[in-house]
Amino acid sequence: MRHRKALDLSALPMNGTGSASLTWWGTLAFMLIEGTGFAVVIGTYLYLVSVAPEWPLRAPLPEWGPGSGVTLLLLLSLVPNMLLSRWAAARDLRKVRLGLLLMACFGTAPLVLRAWEFAAFGVSWDSNAYGSVVWLLLGLHTTHIITDLGETYVLAALMFTRHADNPRRFGDVEDGVLYWNFVVLTWLPIYACLYGIPRL
Amino acid sequence: MNTMPQPDQRDASLEDARLDIMLRQVWDTPRGLWGALATVDHKVIARRYIITAFVFLAFGGVLALLMRWQLARPEGQLLGPDVYNQAFTVHGTSMMFLFAVPVMEAMAVYLVPLMVGTRNIAFPRLNAFSYWMYLVGGILLWGAFIVDLGPDIGWFAYVPLAGPQYGIGKRVDIWAQMITFTEISALAVAVEIVVTVLKQRAPGMSLDRIPLFVWAMLVTSFIVILAMPAVMVASTSLILDRLVGTHFFNPAEGGDVLLWQHLFWFFGHPEVYIIFLPAVGMISAMLPAFVRRPVFGYIPMVLALVGTGILSFGLWVHHMFTTGLPRLGESFFTASSMAIAVPSGIQIFCWLATIWYGRPVYRVPFLFILAFFFTFIIGGMTGVMVASVPLDTQLHDSYFVVAHFHYVLVGGAVFPLLGAVYYWFPKFTGRMMSERIGRWVAGLLFVAFNFTFFPMHLLGLLGMPRRVYTYQTEMAWGGLNLFVSVSAVMLAAGFLLFFLDAIRSARHGEPAGDNPWGAATLEWATSSPPPSYNFARIPLVQSADPLWDAGDELPVTSGLRVDRRELLVTTVGGALPEARESSPRCSLWPLWSAIATTALLMGSIVTPWAVVWGSVPVAIALIGWFWPGGSKEDES
Repeated sequence: MRHRKALDLSALPMNGTGSASLTWWGTLAFMLIEGTGFAVVIGTYLYLVSVAPEWPLRAPLPEWGPGSGVTLLLLLSLVPNMLLSRWAAARDLRKVRLGLLLMACFGTAPLVLRAWEFAAFGVSWDSNAYGSVVWLLLGLHTTHIITDLGETYVLAALMFTRHADNPRRFGDVEDGVLYWNFVVLTWLPIYACLYGIPRL
Repeated sequence: MNTMPQPDQRDASLEDARLDIMLRQVWDTPRGLWGALATVDHKVIARRYIITAFVFLAFGGVLALLMRWQLARPEGQLLGPDVYNQAFTVHGTSMMFLFAVPVMEAMAVYLVPLMVGTRNIAFPRLNAFSYWMYLVGGILLWGAFIVDLGPDIGWFAYVPLAGPQYGIGKRVDIWAQMITFTEISALAVAVEIVVTVLKQRAPGMSLDRIPLFVWAMLVTSFIVILAMPAVMVASTSLILDRLVGTHFFNPAEGGDVLLWQHLFWFFGHPEVYIIFLPAVGMISAMLPAFVRRPVFGYIPMVLALVGTGILSFGLWVHHMFTTGLPRLGESFFTASSMAIAVPSGIQIFCWLATIWYGRPVYRVPFLFILAFFFTFIIGGMTGVMVASVPLDTQLHDSYFVVAHFHYVLVGGAVFPLLGAVYYWFPKFTGRMMSERIGRWVAGLLFVAFNFTFFPMHLLGLLGMPRRVYTYQTEMAWGGLNLFVSVSAVMLAAGFLLFFLDAIRSARHGEPAGDNPWGAATLEWATSSPPPSYNFARIPLVQSADPLWDAGDELPVTSGLRVDRRELLVTTVGGALPEARESSPRCSLWPLWSAIATTALLMGSIVTPWAVVWGSVPVAIALIGWFWPGGSKEDES
């Protein structure tokens, strides 16, 4: 078929940013997958509550301390995360480096505290179905913290190399910011579920 | 002629032959082993996917023949109960997870980028990764079966049979990890398709100009994204129960066996639509070419697809009517199961109107469409029958159900798929399949299918349960079973003829030309088979039937770079150009990542610690994958 040139696109930018970026949409799609996963596990938790004679099953009520600490740290981390987002949008390499190092710390802290949170439930995964679903929910969220943290470390390292000087990298940072928001926000219903429902 | 591109060289001033040479330099997959393993060309990967899926179809078909041999007479001696259990499990699992879902997604991996007028699928390396994961999942299942480790718990693996108490050995773990492999691959493809459809459509292809097959794949991909996490949670919980002693499905410790059924069918029912919606999309794509007019009722068709997608999540409990759930719940799911017949009905009436107002040309793909109408409508009607609780209570777990879902799946998905293979084969290979043999294939499959599966309704009504490895003479099921088995051989002969025709035509078929059916969508605007870069110049879409409305000259865009892999990103609604985005080059990292993930998942069948040490190579492979290589594609 013969071609007729009808539209000149030579003035378009060489990569898409924000909602014109393919990875931004990919990140959203993966958030939808993982968000559905969280919802299904919370559904599993509620289902097990509905068939149980008592809840929690032969276990003490979960201690508030470590889990609330994790929650506070996660919420607190939204502040540097937001700053990092602004700095990445402004393409300020020096500040983005600082922001990534900050986020590496703010991501590590809740992960460390998470170790105590597992203990605070006073139940093992193999004690009963309550223990199993608590460990699954907590484990699934911890996996998300670990993977995003790993990504933050790699991105932080990358921003100190010759590859840093590239608008694409700032887009990567913004996608990382978006994903961390997701990790923090999905924790809130899980927190409510894990600590609130046994007390109902 | 200078064919070395200058930095930032654009296509605008290049004449066609020179543009082709330059685009090939950046888009062609290198020849040889490295190229074969590192390719990210959606067409190459899709072709592999399709061929692999058809190989698994053939394997699954052989198992079906063995089962039919066993059931042909009362007290059959060919297969013992243990092998029979493995046979029906591996048959069902293969057909659902290794054939039906992957082949539909694979057709989309090939066709969607071409139909929306772009040069590669979004996230092409993820696409390569997804194929390797799928391949390993299939090898895992079949390898296990060959060494007598095949799962023997049915394709839906109900607990407690699949739990640690009864499912001894590693058979169930293999089933559960096969799920992980295939779901990772299916989810990855779903993400690629969603982003390709939303962001990589050719300029001007606004929402109301998207081909219906592409709409169907968009809806299907969203169903995959929302349904498959449930089965991954289910299979993970099952592995945890079996491997580290959790109690999700153990009633003695507060678990519940019906939880498995809820989780499984929350995925398992949408799964039917994951298979069916691409098939209806194929019909809507093919039909206009054979009746020479656009599909009647574009907007109702799109709404029916979306409606089916939404309703598909409200049906899962109709698989559980005999488990003693509350009455009210059952009534709700009966109502919703009947409601989903409405969007399906809308589509069927729109197609009938399309044919009515058109001038039908009875070529092979159209014959398959007609075969679809007949069989799928029967399957749909028996579906409405078993949606009713009293009838389902009688028919549950009987051969009536076996007949019903084969009518839905083979009639609703395989017939359109085979029609689609005849229809798009010229695009895939540049050659036509045989019209004469194709008529025989369509006729033989249609007759043999109905002869094979219609009597199963009667067997079910006579009380024959599914999944029995034999039956006694006095049950009086022998005559019908013999008839079914003989018909199954005829059915297999039809498939064999199809395979032979496909293999022969790939080499010796008549050359097809760009657009042998005179169709309207963009995949026919490029050569057959398409070049590595799909379109020398990205089309500009000005109507819903671009090739019919363009006349002799296709309006195209210009101004893209030819010294790097470049494609267009456009807005979601109106497909207005937003950016010239780069597309990744070939890479071995997806393969390494798949190998590392395979080590982790296979290791976890043996020891839970594999998840810990296995994550190190996975992390290394992923870092290697995402670390920028300093190519032109990284420029911005």
